[in-house]
Amino acid sequence: METSSYIHISNLDLVIALVFVAITILLSYWQRLGLERDIAIGTVRTFLQLLTVGFVLQQLFTATHWVWVILALAIMTTVASHNAVKRQAGSKQGLFMIMTVAIAAAGAITLLLVIGVILRVRPWYQPQYIIPIAGMIIGNAMNGAALVVNRLHSELILRRNEVEAMLALGATAKQAAGEALRESLRTAMMPTINSMMTVGLVQLPGMMTGQIISGANPLDAVRYQIVVMLMIAAATGVTAIISAFGALGVFFTPNHQLSLRLELGKHWDEYIAKSKNL
Amino acid sequence: MDEVTDLLAIELSHLNKVKPVLLGDTLTKLEVIHDLSLVIPKGEVLALIGPSGSGKSTLLRMINRMEEPTSGSILLYGSDIQHMNVRKLRRRVGMVSQTPALLPGTIEENISYGPKLRGEPCDAAHFLDLVGLEKSLLQRPASALSIGQQQRMSIARALANNPEVLLLDEPTSALDQTAARNIINLICHLSHRLALTVIMVTHVMEHAKAVATRIALLVHGSLIEEGEAVEFFSDPTTEAGRKFLRGELFESGD
Repeated sequence: METSSYIHISNLDLVIALVFVAITILLSYWQRLGLERDIAIGTVRTFLQLLTVGFVLQQLFTATHWVWVILALAIMTTVASHNAVKRQAGSKQGLFMIMTVAIAAAGAITLLLVIGVILRVRPWYQPQYIIPIAGMIIGNAMNGAALVVNRLHSELILRRNEVEAMLALGATAKQAAGEALRESLRTAMMPTINSMMTVGLVQLPGMMTGQIISGANPLDAVRYQIVVMLMIAAATGVTAIISAFGALGVFFTPNHQLSLRLELGKHWDEYIAKSKNL
Repeated sequence: MDEVTDLLAIELSHLNKVKPVLLGDTLTKLEVIHDLSLVIPKGEVLALIGPSGSGKSTLLRMINRMEEPTSGSILLYGSDIQHMNVRKLRRRVGMVSQTPALLPGTIEENISYGPKLRGEPCDAAHFLDLVGLEKSLLQRPASALSIGQQQRMSIARALANNPEVLLLDEPTSALDQTAARNIINLICHLSHRLALTVIMVTHVMEHAKAVATRIALLVHGSLIEEGEAVEFFSDPTTEAGRKFLRGELFESGD
């Protein structure tokens, strides 16, 4: 099972693949979906982004230095938390820091176990392993962070009366937010748990597919995928809980009051800017 | 001096509150409370009256620090509440909101919520009895109660913390007339029996008349008239007060 000979895709093959784009664009034109422009932009971006990443990864693989790997992980984390913040409904103030810490912490814990203990990659910074695995962890952590904070925000607005009743009885912010917190964590965990339920039944996960095409034994590929599924669940959970507790710190004041931020929504930033000018 | 502070449950002095509010999509600042000073002696029932939007609820919410004043001070038995532990303050100053808030779980769990936070036992049956609800309801979910009963339960839940002051924010506004009158009678009964200091926000003149020993009339965040309820209802000193008694000041929307 030493074969790593698989069919390569030439430049001409890539051009032929544009037939798929033509089909999609024709479909959009025929049904007047008005998506032609978006499909074109999407195609260009797919080419540009993936070719750039491919190039960067190739450089990374030949350089094989831990500094470059750490830099790549840092960039991935920053982009992920930026994306998670972008998906928030109300004010975004203070959320970037919280999500960066959450994603970085979850990434560090899960990578340590997968790279250091389960795969025992030596040296640990071999890009072939750490980069794709970190990509999966950070991508899922990003979704977890985005979901949990968004849901916590709307739950606190929805449950305002209940939360304030508990605060008025002497509860801490954390105690009063208990139900909202649990509901948000469940929301963040659900997609991961659902995918654990159906994995392999409907479609094969991308990484497993890739390994099989590259000539890996399916039973080996499956073992990788099992580790990946479990590590994603843990990474999502850890990110969600750190983000949620961090977000409690901005949705409540230190005096166990609901923050005006929940009332003002997007205008919160404007309010903060004005109060500073006084 | 100590005897005097013992007799004054709450002292508000030169309170101001400026709040950001959204009018449509524009952020503006609203002066909700303007230079308000008021004392509430121990054991009195103060009705805080005034048209909607006059700052009554905000004033109430500053007394248990659900909101902070922009300037001025609030003393509870002579101590500045700014320097108190917020959670200890809220145990001493209970609050009941307009719409009854149900916590998850049974009626017993609702009532014992406050004491349980501190790991203290709570005789939920006693407090249920105090507000005139059957003890047999203890193990029922809170959602099984009618809205009037839910408000009684909310009062029982606030009382379970043995507060020194009880804040009531329009406790009858979500109820029908009969249920509202029953709640008002209950508040009368409780304030006598427990020697509680009560501050009740209301815009119903009959309710203020039935329960209050003192009256404070707020218009646009300013204290317009304040004093003994008996005197106020027989001879209000301000035009706003007379208007209130004729029922003209209300539903003005503001």
